[in-house]
Amino acid sequence: MLKHIRKTVAAAAVTTLLGAQAMAGELVINYDGSDPAPKEAFAMVIEKFEAANPDITVKWNLFDHEGYKTSIRNFLTADAPDVAAWYAGNRMAPFVNAGLFEDVSDVWAENGLDEAMASTAPSMTIDGKKWGVPYTYYQWGIYYRKDIFADKGIEVPTNWEEFLAACATLKEAGITPITIGTKYLWTAAGVFDYLNLRTNGYEVHNDLTAGKIAYTDERIVAVFEKWAELVEPGYFIEDHAAFSWQEALAPMVQGEAAMYVMGNFAVAPLREAGLTDDQLGFMQFPEITPGIPMAEEAPTDTFHIPANAKNKEDAKKFLAFLASAEIQTEVNKILGQLPANKNAEVADDPFITAGFELLSNAAGLAQFYDRDAPAEMAKAGMEGFQEFMIKPERRDEILKRLDKVQEKVYE
Amino acid sequence: MSVDSTIEQSYWKKNKLKIAPWLFLAPGLLMFLLYVIAPIFQSIWVSFYEWDGLSPKKFIGLANYQELIDDRDFYRSLKNNVIWLVLYMLAVPIGLFIALFLNQNVWGIRIYKSLFFFPFVISQVVVGLVFAWFYDPSNGILALIFSIWGGRPPAILADEDYVTYGIIAAGLWPQIAYCMILFLTGLNNVSPDQVEAGRLDGAKGWRMLWHVILPQLRPATFIAVVVTIIGALRSFDLVSIMTQGGPYGSSRVLAYYMYETALSEYGYRMGYGAAIAVVLFLIMMVYISFFLWRMYRQEKSGG
Repeated sequence: MLKHIRKTVAAAAVTTLLGAQAMAGELVINYDGSDPAPKEAFAMVIEKFEAANPDITVKWNLFDHEGYKTSIRNFLTADAPDVAAWYAGNRMAPFVNAGLFEDVSDVWAENGLDEAMASTAPSMTIDGKKWGVPYTYYQWGIYYRKDIFADKGIEVPTNWEEFLAACATLKEAGITPITIGTKYLWTAAGVFDYLNLRTNGYEVHNDLTAGKIAYTDERIVAVFEKWAELVEPGYFIEDHAAFSWQEALAPMVQGEAAMYVMGNFAVAPLREAGLTDDQLGFMQFPEITPGIPMAEEAPTDTFHIPANAKNKEDAKKFLAFLASAEIQTEVNKILGQLPANKNAEVADDPFITAGFELLSNAAGLAQFYDRDAPAEMAKAGMEGFQEFMIKPERRDEILKRLDKVQEKVYE
Repeated sequence: MSVDSTIEQSYWKKNKLKIAPWLFLAPGLLMFLLYVIAPIFQSIWVSFYEWDGLSPKKFIGLANYQELIDDRDFYRSLKNNVIWLVLYMLAVPIGLFIALFLNQNVWGIRIYKSLFFFPFVISQVVVGLVFAWFYDPSNGILALIFSIWGGRPPAILADEDYVTYGIIAAGLWPQIAYCMILFLTGLNNVSPDQVEAGRLDGAKGWRMLWHVILPQLRPATFIAVVVTIIGALRSFDLVSIMTQGGPYGSSRVLAYYMYETALSEYGYRMGYGAAIAVVLFLIMMVYISFFLWRMYRQEKSGG
């Protein structure tokens, strides 16, 4: 028995030794795309990367999407991989400020990315340096049921009056105008962001999430007034706080609801549930204040090199590889999203081409409320949005509370 | 060298009886110190700092506690904890009555007992999921029942007024089973002589229960109450599974609030989370010390 144990221990020791030696040409990548499409896309990238660099073997660890957000804090300090997936904007700020991400401005400079990825460059920059490489982004907007709109004789609304009129027509016909599932809060932030971007514009969005404007500011109050015009007549689905965003797709598929303010990742499950491209349409969030340049939401997913990475040289090769137009074309074809490299080709899909056109003409790209605002503010803010959507009469109380959080967070 | 060893040996021989129990206790004590006692002091220590888990800690004295005093979410969680404590205690009498009901000798009673005990065996996570499906306003069983009467079901888990009660109902299901088992074992030890004597003196029904059975169940009742109180105070899993503290934080309890501020996606305020943990610890301490004090008294009086 003892002998057996000794043998196992010895074997374990040998394996760790071998493991340590194998590190030389090995590139460890931690990735959070556990859904089928991201998984497939990433497997393809690695296969191509290994083919192009035969001396490097890639070892990738696939994480659950939600669990990753907690794990990354541990592995960045304790056992850092060479490349790690994360998000742009303020979401990466804590790691950058704690010195856990490597400055990769040289990768950008050497590969001409400053020009090729100009649209996402600002969201990758902190203190004038680039801290990662984006590989995909996607548009937000309103996904709607074309057939229901046609049936009720509704034209695609381009301004707020038309939008409200469309909602009223749908409501009268017994169809819930807008479906949403706010159980996990962030969906409400999408609606808020768009109302804010359309009422006040891109600058106000940035100033608000940077803590330069109070929530009781009259411009933000105006956003909530617009929101109330949707909440008070009951244009949002009832009991939305009980549903996740996926559960809220069901009413739309069943034809009980007609619109959904969402990101492009909603297209895949909607198609899977049986909606054809004749039934499902995409429109830009309508104009509210006339003349304000239309900025859009386009969250960007990124890869970074941890400061504690062992194989930074190959990691930089990988980032450059991932940033190339050719690879971004292929990855985003599988993901059904948009390449961050402007020289990449866009997949032939009505929603992706619509998104590409939308974002190419955008006056500015917002990451998303919970990526632009610091975590604590985002949490309190999104809870406030959800509360407002259920109890709109508490508006002033909610905004005052958010001001209090803001004072504390940005001090 | 040889002198040393003889001294050592004789010391060991002299004190063998005193040292042996400590040697046996050592592994357990060490684990207890390392994993229970030390973290308590660590938490208290961290609660004086501002720390995100990554950057260097910053000492801020009592500022975290000061913030707690002015934190609406803290009071809401505290209030929910009180509701939990009060309603969770229902598990004790209900468990007692089910135990009394099941404490009879009919054919197949063992199966019924196991069936009643079943909810305690399954994981809290499963309980939470099952109840979340019950409450689902579109397809849940509650929605079905309401639709029979032509009504619209309340979205229990999405309504700030019902949500805590909905979660407590889910929690009571396994807790009642637990109390029931405690009472069933207690009932096994009820002395038949005393029941017989009571019967001779004309005690029946409620009087028999109150004056003869219940006094003999006191140890079981005590454990049931303590276990239920502690269960109510650490009610974390159900909140996490069923609502994640929502809608807009109205179903948070202290344990969940602590987790959310310290460890969740939007949290990482370790110091503030630790301060909440310390407050929760102090509340629990009241019950734990009462429990220890009673145990100590019982040991002393030999009962």
